Amino acid sequence: MASDQLRKGEVRRNWLLSTPALIILLSAASGPLLVVLVYSFLTPGEYGGVVWQFSWDAWISVIFERDIFDDTISIADAHLTILWRSVSLSLMTTVVTFILGFPTAYFIATRPPQNRNLWLFLITIPFWTNLLIRTFAVLEVIRNEGVINTALIAMGIIETPIQILYTDTAIMIGMTYVYLPLMVLPIYASMERLNFNLVEAAYDLYATRLKVLWRVIVPLVKPGIVAGSILVFVPSLGTFVTPRVLGGGKKLMLSNLIELQFGSGRNWPLGAALSITLLAMVMVALIIYIRTTQRDQATSK
Amino acid sequence: MVIQTSDEQTDEAILVDGVIKTFGSGTSAVHALDDVSVTIHQNEFFTLLGPSGCGKTTLLRLIAGFDHPSAGTILLQGQDISHLPPNQRSVNTVFQSYALFPHMTVAQNISFGLEMLGRPKAEVSETVDAMLSLVRMEELKHRRTDEISGGQAQRVALARALAPRPKVLLLDEPLSALDYKLRKDMQIELKRLQHETGITFIFVTHDQEEALTMSDRVAVMNHGKVLQIGSPREIYDHPADRFVADFIGDTNFLDADFSFASEGRLLLRFAFGAEIETGSVDGVDASSRVTAAIRPEHAKLAPADDQATFVGTLENIVYMGTDTHYHIKLGDGSPFVVRSQNLRDLGEPYRTGQSVGISLMPSSVQVLKN
Repeated sequence: MASDQLRKGEVRRNWLLSTPALIILLSAASGPLLVVLVYSFLTPGEYGGVVWQFSWDAWISVIFERDIFDDTISIADAHLTILWRSVSLSLMTTVVTFILGFPTAYFIATRPPQNRNLWLFLITIPFWTNLLIRTFAVLEVIRNEGVINTALIAMGIIETPIQILYTDTAIMIGMTYVYLPLMVLPIYASMERLNFNLVEAAYDLYATRLKVLWRVIVPLVKPGIVAGSILVFVPSLGTFVTPRVLGGGKKLMLSNLIELQFGSGRNWPLGAALSITLLAMVMVALIIYIRTTQRDQATSK
Repeated sequence: MVIQTSDEQTDEAILVDGVIKTFGSGTSAVHALDDVSVTIHQNEFFTLLGPSGCGKTTLLRLIAGFDHPSAGTILLQGQDISHLPPNQRSVNTVFQSYALFPHMTVAQNISFGLEMLGRPKAEVSETVDAMLSLVRMEELKHRRTDEISGGQAQRVALARALAPRPKVLLLDEPLSALDYKLRKDMQIELKRLQHETGITFIFVTHDQEEALTMSDRVAVMNHGKVLQIGSPREIYDHPADRFVADFIGDTNFLDADFSFASEGRLLLRFAFGAEIETGSVDGVDASSRVTAAIRPEHAKLAPADDQATFVGTLENIVYMGTDTHYHIKLGDGSPFVVRSQNLRDLGEPYRTGQSVGISLMPSSVQVLKN
């Protein structure tokens, strides 16, 4: 049939058009990923690199450590601490950005339409500054001789500076600052579409302000909340610069540990295995996200 | 001296007293309501009627509690509610866009107000069922609100607002989104609901036909002021001014001089030479310029002879189904419309361009101050 041939031609042309994208995808994303996966099953070379000899050691070392003297295997406390720090700090960052971001998004969405773009612009300004500079700015605020401690001492509230820098709290403050816009923007997008007549209707039907929030606003902007949480949680898991600067190299997160294995640790297979672990954790978060949105769509149809 | 019995006191469902509402401040301030006073009785179907921007919706929002008056008071059965939030007054609203909660079913929407009032579960489900049967929506109880039609959404919005049994129900142009036929049905349905529930309805509309069909009393508003309050018949037959006469129904306006006739009666003298004798009119000084308002259906076409009140040229004939509109040009060029009811298979007795007479009863002329 003529129309069949036409369709075949169209399909061929579409494939041809997508070739550049496919080449980039395969060579820049899937290819290196495959290399990382293969490396994680090899033996580390003496001065970095890999020796082409199959080994499970890297994967075992992700969670366990082998005693140098008697080869017994025990749980690797250091790795687990770092894993736990990555997950818990990322979760806490997500929660804190939500607590700060939700009211911010509500505030912007309830401004007159002509003023909203200005507020959104103010929210995104930090994005135009280099990440490293922003992180050092946070350092300047929270260090012992920084703005907060100097001010508190000057006011006579404390006598010795509070040690914030080089703690988990410092890392969390830094990540919250960096990722806050990623929480505000999707919630704002949902909030802007919210019909504020519904808020009035709930208020009219004897709901208190808190009930209006929980029974009407939160359920209706839930897609934005879920999207914002994923957008904050996923990059938080892989944060590298923030713990390096604000954690002072002592409080490692997963990315820092990976960097260590490829650098001074000279254990590329372990670094590769840890990378795949991080990727798997991100995938789990994304699957949860897709499941929730699909369920929401199913119930709203 | 008038002694008020307690019955008369509670007869007022809503008392709006000297309410002023100003939006903005300084030179950009907008007076949405300018010294409005209205009394709405218990169990009354009361309509606020006016063009868009006349302040009717602002007044409704003040009664609902979404906004608060800049000055003046609003009483709900004698209690000052001027500055109470919406969740603390026994007044519910049916919104123009219905504002049904999209993440809840029909039943969940209706039970929302009752739950918020903390009513026991058994009572809530009983009331929800009663409301569903009141608005004839029993089968759609568990539907999501985006799976029902506009007319059905309208009924759910009504059921949701009526379920907590408010003292006053506010309706903000609820029929404007429905098509003509459905709107007609809902007008009768609203009347029935108001009768069955015994709740005071305050209805906002810009549609004069809707206002006349349903209301016990109508308040006509324009530019933040109440121009006239009365029964539909009073407002139609005795409009207080030119705006009311023009806004409600169709009216012919003719400029006239007003003077004493020889026998002590009053005489209207029109620019094109015709004269009509009428009785005295309140508030209009003799020997002044006035406007005569004549409804098209109160005039009749007649032969163009001495018996006719006015004589003119037939310019246009518009067949409307139930009746025919004759557009006539009078002697001084002013237009005049006569509406005549159609009878079946009688044909059209007039032709455009011909000279016709208009015959009027003196009682069909309403004299309005200029």
